[in-house]
Amino acid sequence: MKINVKHVAKLANLDLKENEFDELEKQLSLILSYIENLQELNTEDIEETSQITGLKNITREDKTEPSLSQEEVLSNTKSKENGLFKVKAIFEEQ
Amino acid sequence: MKLNELTIKQSIEGLRSKKFSSEELTKECLKEIKKKNVTLNAFISVCEEEALKQAKRADKLISENQEALLLGIPIALKDLFLTKGIKTTAASNVLNNYIPQYDGTVTSKLKEAGAVIIGKTNCDAWAHGSSGENSDFGPTKNPWNEEYVPGGSSSGSAVSVAANMCIASTGTDTGGSIRLPASFCNVVGLKPTYGRVSRYGIIAMASSLDSIGHFTKTVEDSASLLNVTAGTDPKDATTPNVRVDEYSQDLDKGVKGLRIGIPKEYFMEGLDNKIKEKVKRVIKFYEKEGANIVDISLPTTKYAIACYYIIQPSEVSSNLARYDGIRYGNTRMEFGSEAKRRIMLGTFTLSAGYYDAYYKKAMKVRTLIKKDFDDAFKKVDAILSPVSPTLPWKIGEKVNDPLKMYLSDIFTVTANLSGIPGLSIPIGFINDLPVGLQILGPNFSEKTLFRIGNHFERSNKNGL
Repeated sequence: MKINVKHVAKLANLDLKENEFDELEKQLSLILSYIENLQELNTEDIEETSQITGLKNITREDKTEPSLSQEEVLSNTKSKENGLFKVKAIFEEQ
Repeated sequence: MKLNELTIKQSIEGLRSKKFSSEELTKECLKEIKKKNVTLNAFISVCEEEALKQAKRADKLISENQEALLLGIPIALKDLFLTKGIKTTAASNVLNNYIPQYDGTVTSKLKEAGAVIIGKTNCDAWAHGSSGENSDFGPTKNPWNEEYVPGGSSSGSAVSVAANMCIASTGTDTGGSIRLPASFCNVVGLKPTYGRVSRYGIIAMASSLDSIGHFTKTVEDSASLLNVTAGTDPKDATTPNVRVDEYSQDLDKGVKGLRIGIPKEYFMEGLDNKIKEKVKRVIKFYEKEGANIVDISLPTTKYAIACYYIIQPSEVSSNLARYDGIRYGNTRMEFGSEAKRRIMLGTFTLSAGYYDAYYKKAMKVRTLIKKDFDDAFKKVDAILSPVSPTLPWKIGEKVNDPLKMYLSDIFTVTANLSGIPGLSIPIGFINDLPVGLQILGPNFSEKTLFRIGNHFERSNKNGL
């Protein structure tokens, strides 16, 4: 299996170095060829298991509860302004 | 016997009868950490000041004759468990400056039960690994022989208990990360049923597989810790409202009449011959004690690693997407090579055009693996197997061969895929390195696992 590591790295938002691409391509191909053994199994009429608890739609009452203060929420960020997270602009100015 | 060598049970007895104080007990553990951590590298953070404060508070409560299940007991937490005000790193440079604003549910429960949080233990970064070598804070060493790996990912937690740096510790098990290091370090490790213990406030690896458990010196201690941590939690929607057993009951009931299954697929090629022989001797022991040994088959076993190494990295890539360095932590540039490998693998298996062939296929195989166990547990009450196909390996031996490293989880991943609980207990040594036995049971059968494990432990003080 050939894997387009540059494309996948972009999807994963990983900024990889040139030498990492080669190594990852080699290692991932090896792992993927091992994983291929699943194709031996006939799973045509088998249902999928995404989780095993059997629980469905677990919700709580729609009631507010005490939560972290604004100050606490911002306590780990390196970039804040006026009690808000400060991030780079998403839209460019005209 | 030194105080730090005591079990939970012995510590509680000593504290209640005022033979020693929690402060003395905690100081002995701190002393041992100072002595050994330089070489073993089991702890990322040691909470000396805070721990001594908690110990003094526990002593005050004890002097007022108050009782709590873990009052005054020094416990270490894997550095994946959020601790309010105490740095929590997941052993990754992405979080090397992260100070949680809240405690996770298990942390809260342990504190409420009176435990003294003595420190945060090293592990493979983000719990990705089977050897403890993937930590951004350097590898943890095996206390039985420092040239060998202690097993991972909960490496520091296993070592902290094995080397008597604390009385018990917590861990997480997504594919064997508690059972494998327990077996490599000669301690008891429990992976409870999926959902039995809340995941809230524990850094997620693969959310449909993560089980929250612990390391102890005895099976009895493992049961008493589960008495504290188990139960439904409104903050974790995957914790079913199933009655919590009194886990310390029935420990001494013996194994007479229990039906114990031996899966042939766990004793085939790839398993170290000496481990095979030792596990077979343990099986003979149980047979002699009155258990009915039944040969069973779990036919999908040989596909388990492939299935696991699709589902797990897929969920990893999704869970690690949140680390953007904006709200907390550093940027994605800080991810280590194993985290990058898994993010890449998972992103690929979930990507357009490959989802059906990989992720969807793996979810179907997961159904078959679960069915293997459902069928087996119609015939038997529990299953015995080795924990690891090999003895602990030398540090550095597998670091450049990720696939070889992944294959060491062959006997443990099946319990995570199917959700069932597993207990790893020490059964002795080969070439001066520890060997463990895995006891598996149906969902919510932890009480039976403790009963089986305890029976061996009580009758074979030094293993077989």
